[in-house]
Amino acid sequence: MKARIVAVNGNLVIAETDGRVVQNSVGYCIHSDGTRLLSEVIRVRGHLADLQVFEETRGLKVGDPVELHEDMLSVVLGPGLLGQIYDGLQNPLPELAKQVGFFLKPGVYIHGLSTTQPWEFTPSVKPGDTIEAGDSLGTVPEGIFTHRITVPFGLRGSWTVEKVAPAGSYTVDAEMAVLADGQGAKRSVTMQQNWPVKRPLSVARRRLLPTEPLVSRVRIIDSMFPVVRGGTYCIPGPFGAGKTVLQQITARHAEIDIVIIAACGERAGEIVETLRDFPELTDPRTGRSLMERTIIIANTSAMPVAAREASVYTAATLGEYYRQMGLNVLLLADSTSRWAQAMRELSGRLEEIPGEEAFPAYLESRIASFYERAGALELRDGTVGSLTIGGTVSPAGGNFEEPVTQGTLKVVGAFHGLSRARSDARRYPAIDPLDSWSKYPGIIEPDAMASMRRLLLHGNEVRQMMTVVGEEGTSIADFTAALKADFFDNVYLQQNAFDEVDAATPAERQRFVFGKVSEVANLDFEFTDKAQARETLVAVTDLFRNWNYAATDSEEYQRWLKAIDQFIATKGRKV
Amino acid sequence: MRKYFDSIRRIAGNVVTVNAMGVTYDELATIDSAHGQSLAQVIDLEGQQVSLQVFAGSQGVSNNDRVRFLQHPMQVPFSDDLLGRVFDGSGRPRDGRGEVTGKLTDLGTPPVNPVMRRMPDQMVHTGIPMIDVFNSLVESQKLPIFSVPGEPYNELLARVGLQANADIIILGGMGLRHDDYLKFRQTFEEGGVLGRAILFVHTAADPVVECLLVPDLCLAVGEQFALQGKRVLVLLTDMTAFADALKEISIVMEQIPSNRGYPGDLYTQLAKRYEKAVDFDGAGSMTVLACVTMPGDDVTHPVPDNTGYITEGQFYLRHGRIEPFGSLSRLKQQVNGKSRDDHRAIMDACIQLYALCRESREKRDMGFEMSDWDRKLLKYGTLFEQRVMDLSVNIHLFDALDRCWGILAECFDPAETGIRRSIIEKHWPAGADESPAEQPAEATA
Ligand SMILES: Nc1ncnc2c1ncn2[C@@H]1O[C@H](COP(=O)(O)OP(=O)(O)OP(=O)(O)O)[C@@H](O)[C@H]1O
Ligand SMILES: [Mg+2]
Repeated sequence: MKARIVAVNGNLVIAETDGRVVQNSVGYCIHSDGTRLLSEVIRVRGHLADLQVFEETRGLKVGDPVELHEDMLSVVLGPGLLGQIYDGLQNPLPELAKQVGFFLKPGVYIHGLSTTQPWEFTPSVKPGDTIEAGDSLGTVPEGIFTHRITVPFGLRGSWTVEKVAPAGSYTVDAEMAVLADGQGAKRSVTMQQNWPVKRPLSVARRRLLPTEPLVSRVRIIDSMFPVVRGGTYCIPGPFGAGKTVLQQITARHAEIDIVIIAACGERAGEIVETLRDFPELTDPRTGRSLMERTIIIANTSAMPVAAREASVYTAATLGEYYRQMGLNVLLLADSTSRWAQAMRELSGRLEEIPGEEAFPAYLESRIASFYERAGALELRDGTVGSLTIGGTVSPAGGNFEEPVTQGTLKVVGAFHGLSRARSDARRYPAIDPLDSWSKYPGIIEPDAMASMRRLLLHGNEVRQMMTVVGEEGTSIADFTAALKADFFDNVYLQQNAFDEVDAATPAERQRFVFGKVSEVANLDFEFTDKAQARETLVAVTDLFRNWNYAATDSEEYQRWLKAIDQFIATKGRKV
Repeated sequence: MRKYFDSIRRIAGNVVTVNAMGVTYDELATIDSAHGQSLAQVIDLEGQQVSLQVFAGSQGVSNNDRVRFLQHPMQVPFSDDLLGRVFDGSGRPRDGRGEVTGKLTDLGTPPVNPVMRRMPDQMVHTGIPMIDVFNSLVESQKLPIFSVPGEPYNELLARVGLQANADIIILGGMGLRHDDYLKFRQTFEEGGVLGRAILFVHTAADPVVECLLVPDLCLAVGEQFALQGKRVLVLLTDMTAFADALKEISIVMEQIPSNRGYPGDLYTQLAKRYEKAVDFDGAGSMTVLACVTMPGDDVTHPVPDNTGYITEGQFYLRHGRIEPFGSLSRLKQQVNGKSRDDHRAIMDACIQLYALCRESREKRDMGFEMSDWDRKLLKYGTLFEQRVMDLSVNIHLFDALDRCWGILAECFDPAETGIRRSIIEKHWPAGADESPAEQPAEATA
């Protein structure tokens, strides 16, 4: 369908047409030099279609043609997504660099999957079988995973396999099967299919209540504020508090099949770090490069804003796709505030009635439906797959009382709030142990966890009192509680991201260390003076710190453990 | 196509709306009025109505003045002849010399493909210990100096420009006081770097919105030099003036402000500029150091706040010193592990001890009794401030590290510093503690 531009304002273009316009369908604004700029219809008013353009609109003019399509903004799904580095619209960035060099170029779009790479197909159906959308037609190995080639997710009803390709090597565009619906309709199926990014992809028997802990190997998360496979969580924090570093650590160490990193409106340099490091790092669980389980969606802050808005949906769709294979996927979005700001920019141009801080009124519902895409599914063949979503939030002025943080807190299952005070004091990860919360079950027994939480609260109260009455005015019991809380914070909640061993603590070790830490916290030291109390807790802090740095079950590990056991047995008194 | 249009329909703030056809978005235009010629940029197209942001301001523009569309976006001629020259906020010579000719380069071009960036790993030596030792500046970093009016932030910028050993230095002044401009010029001249410097200067006397082009001019030129393999240093001062000009335009355009009158796209606008800082994989680099004055000394003000979310750390300049707390170079770990083996240890120990000193000072000020340990810390704090933190200190990184060792040895026993034993053994100044001092062996050859 043809249309003509009648107005341009930033990345908003208004086009006039006599024909049919489909809300949320794609269009192309065509530059006088022939460049075609991908756009999306976001509002229809009579003969006018409002489009958000996924590129800079520089050079467009009134009267330029617009091509309106019927299909929605989609991504291509199939083998070969893993290890890729895409922009927010699924353009492979390395390929783009090969074609156009140092800089991105508006209007250059590249297919998301290689059409020349062969895949080893093994069929799992035979002619005559009855199948439905999402069922497996066969598999190909993709790195360490078995990638299911599925009946297109958009097909309705039951279909019969008429033909299926024999085992062998095929590219993604080869015909793998022909399906018939019994009423004369036939459908040829390849290894790739398209899916509209803004529509959740979920074909399953049922949705499960997520309860299985997702072990991130960050102690304060797993032990105190756990996340589960299929759950959602958020990390709000002021600038420089450590949101990105925390996500990078999680992307490296989390016990999960696939990680999707959505760099949404943040620094390009951070992505460079990931894409230079990950191919060099081996995943200890598989012995393969970390990049083989990772997909990067990079729509950094200088890249077009509308594509930033799309990028989180692109990431979610890829995550949902791998969930349909019975895999556990973790989507890390940094930062959802930039995504919300992209919505705000557009809403402003549409002259919609603004809500708080000029965010659109539908901000909360958009945030909610984004996180709703997470979840654990029991698929039609009985296997279980999950998509977990963790998003950072960058609140203006570091103040959590703002629309994006508040809208997010209403819908997520866990809140890891970073505090400026902790990051300034270099207490990393700077998750505030007093403010944060999680509604999910974790790896530590709830009573033990609650008891440590009480200790932290008590310790905090004592510290606050002490600023008024001084050490002198504090009872020895209270003083000891404060020291114990510090001890727990220092040796357990804080973790050195740059130490090879301490950076990641597996669940089993966490449980064991937590047990030992609790034993110390529950000791009745019977201190008589404060200097003795301080000295004793400094000593045991030192023991645990060194223990944390020792590789599990190494000789050193055993040595420190022995010293700790001795400490507990003697309550730290020299014998 | 017709080039002139003279049916100006609306003049408001610094935005002029004219009826015209065939005009492209972002295109540049000139407006000839009784007051002379001004550059203008298309910021909105609606049917025949074209809205332009007038860089020299709309003062004196009349409804039948002529608007001429140039059919290209804002450009800057690029050539080596730019070196040693001074231009105004619209790119016109300000030094009384002729126009520069060269390859015309568009401003505000698309960003670098992230995969074409490399990991930065070269330290920029500034001679300022609070930077070199504690928060190293790294080539291609984007870093603001957060400060308040009255602090010597421009002096600091000029000094870094002088000492950073970059191939090309580009200064972008926004709302710069004329005196400050002259000082920059003088510093560069005396330092012998004017020949490889380019100045784009918008002064406080110039029309406010004219400063909007300054960062783009600097960065477009810098990017071209970087593509030629040069190591470019861009100094921008003051980015708050730039943000305020953005605010002014958005208010005239009746955009709904998001926070304290600033437009909702402030983050994007700033990021587009700062993200031009780059280390090209296979070419040169561009480092961006900017001044951001904080209105009301409030770091949560939208300008410093959005900046902090974009840049790779920040320096706080307060009371004439770079604050050790709050200041952060997020790229320092890329370089301080391989400068000298004691670099990280000194960095951590000196700051931790200084933090303890501050606690002791608080205790003292509240009238609590001082222990021996407190007194050691107080002495340390004073020496550290005098010999290391003071901005007039100008020494090489290694000398600065040695100086830190000297202070530590003057105040503490080795174990009290918390530095690892192996590093202490290697670097603790001889003769400073009770252990028998080894005489430095004279060269025997
Ligand atoms: N776990 C950690 N261990 C050690 N240092 C850390 C840790 N987390 C953060 N840092 C330090 O803090 C700096 C900033 O961290 P990070 O980039 O994650 O902040 P952020 O919250 O993502 O900030 P922004 O909102 O500006 O993106 C890092 O460069 C690093 O120096
Ligand atoms: Mg970050």
